[in-house]
Amino acid sequence: MKKNMGWKELMHGDAVQAGTAKEFKTGDWRSEKPVFHPEKCINCLFCWVNCPDCAVLLDENKKVVGFDYNLCKGCGICAHECPVKEPKAITMEAERR
Amino acid sequence: MPIIARTGNEAMSEAMRQINPDVVAAYPITPATEVVMLFAKFVADGLVDTEFVAVESEHSAMSACVGASAAGARVMTGTSSQGLQLMSEILPIASALRLPIVLCEVNRALSGPINIHCDHSDTMAVRDFAWIQIFSENAQEAYDNILQCMKIAEDKRVLLPAMATTDGFIISHCMEKIETLEDAEVKKYVGEYKGVNTVLDLKNPVTLGSLDLQDYYFEHKMPIVEAMRNAKSVIEEVGKEFGKLYGREYGLIEGYKLDDAEVAIVALGSTCGTTKAVVDELREKGQKVGLLKIRVFRPFPAEEIAAALANLKVAVILDRSDSYNNQGGPLFTEVRSALYDAAKKPLITNYIYGLGGREISLDDLRSIFAEQQEVAKAGKAKEVIKYFGVRE
Repeated sequence: MKKNMGWKELMHGDAVQAGTAKEFKTGDWRSEKPVFHPEKCINCLFCWVNCPDCAVLLDENKKVVGFDYNLCKGCGICAHECPVKEPKAITMEAERR
Repeated sequence: MPIIARTGNEAMSEAMRQINPDVVAAYPITPATEVVMLFAKFVADGLVDTEFVAVESEHSAMSACVGASAAGARVMTGTSSQGLQLMSEILPIASALRLPIVLCEVNRALSGPINIHCDHSDTMAVRDFAWIQIFSENAQEAYDNILQCMKIAEDKRVLLPAMATTDGFIISHCMEKIETLEDAEVKKYVGEYKGVNTVLDLKNPVTLGSLDLQDYYFEHKMPIVEAMRNAKSVIEEVGKEFGKLYGREYGLIEGYKLDDAEVAIVALGSTCGTTKAVVDELREKGQKVGLLKIRVFRPFPAEEIAAALANLKVAVILDRSDSYNNQGGPLFTEVRSALYDAAKKPLITNYIYGLGGREISLDDLRSIFAEQQEVAKAGKAKEVIKYFGVRE
């Protein structure tokens, strides 16, 4: 996206193109981060569906492989929604010990 | 064209029925209740295709309107007084997103003290929210203004929300003979609406209402400034076209017996009708009096007003609300500002009148004209801001 645009260059009506969050590192203020344990994962994709920031990464076979920590804000929804019995396939850990 | 007897509220809901909007979200409030109550009946009777959203407050009503309009729907609503104030958090969002929502507003005093009758304090309180504001003199104009508001708001050069107002009870509940258009004619007149950058356009996905801080907020306000500038000529164009099509032409302002007048009243809404009757009567007695009706308050037609008032000796600006700023009512301060750059300008006096629905009679207007004709003779105003008809 072009920087410092003048008002005549803006899109109509306070709109911006969708998907521009990809261009920014929006996950640099987490207090906790999700950690993926592949041996426990049943690949139900609950985490992928529920992630508000599209930070759950899938491989070409649509299997969960981990997280994009540039986007993840550490909300913990993925760990909360993981239906696997404790210990879950996703656990939250403190970002700085 | 059908001629029918309708109150102001019925006239507005009739226009809504004929426009047949995609979505109406509304909450009842006196004296605007009937507008949406009658419309809800049209929905129940299957006379329109509208999705009617019965909400729990005006805040929700305007929020639902914004959501529906952002999705690309043609959207209308109606409210008054406290209802408009409850909407006020969302009103500037509608204009910032450039959503051409049309609102039927019935002017009513703001609480407190609580009061259900007409003054203009509710509409004036939201005057800087980048909504187009058009005042109606009677039920006929209420009907015509709603139709034109749809056209103005949706014009690509404008794309701003618009409200057409009537005066509570005086117009909203008074039955008059009005001339309406055929349903098919209205359908043709308003045409199809196609939104720009709508959220349900999957081929062109957009984000609306994102956080916008020191870096871009200011830039995002400028298109609104330009749209409001464009609105002036679009309103004139639409008013002229309406006249050509249906015989009733509208402008930003309307001069009544103003050409050779020495003293004229400047007013908004229903009081203009009363003033016309007094002007006719005084003209028969040979007095050079007139009226300047301000039809459009936003955008404010400053140059046109300055030109229309240039040859008067005295202009009397009637305000049916006060700004409580020791500077006069909102119409007065804007007219006074419009006259600042004028080479020729009249003496001006502000009468703040009719708050809370206190009646302004023919006699009241006769006395105002008589008082100001004395000012014209003396060449000097005694008192610039007057609170008319209030007991001490």
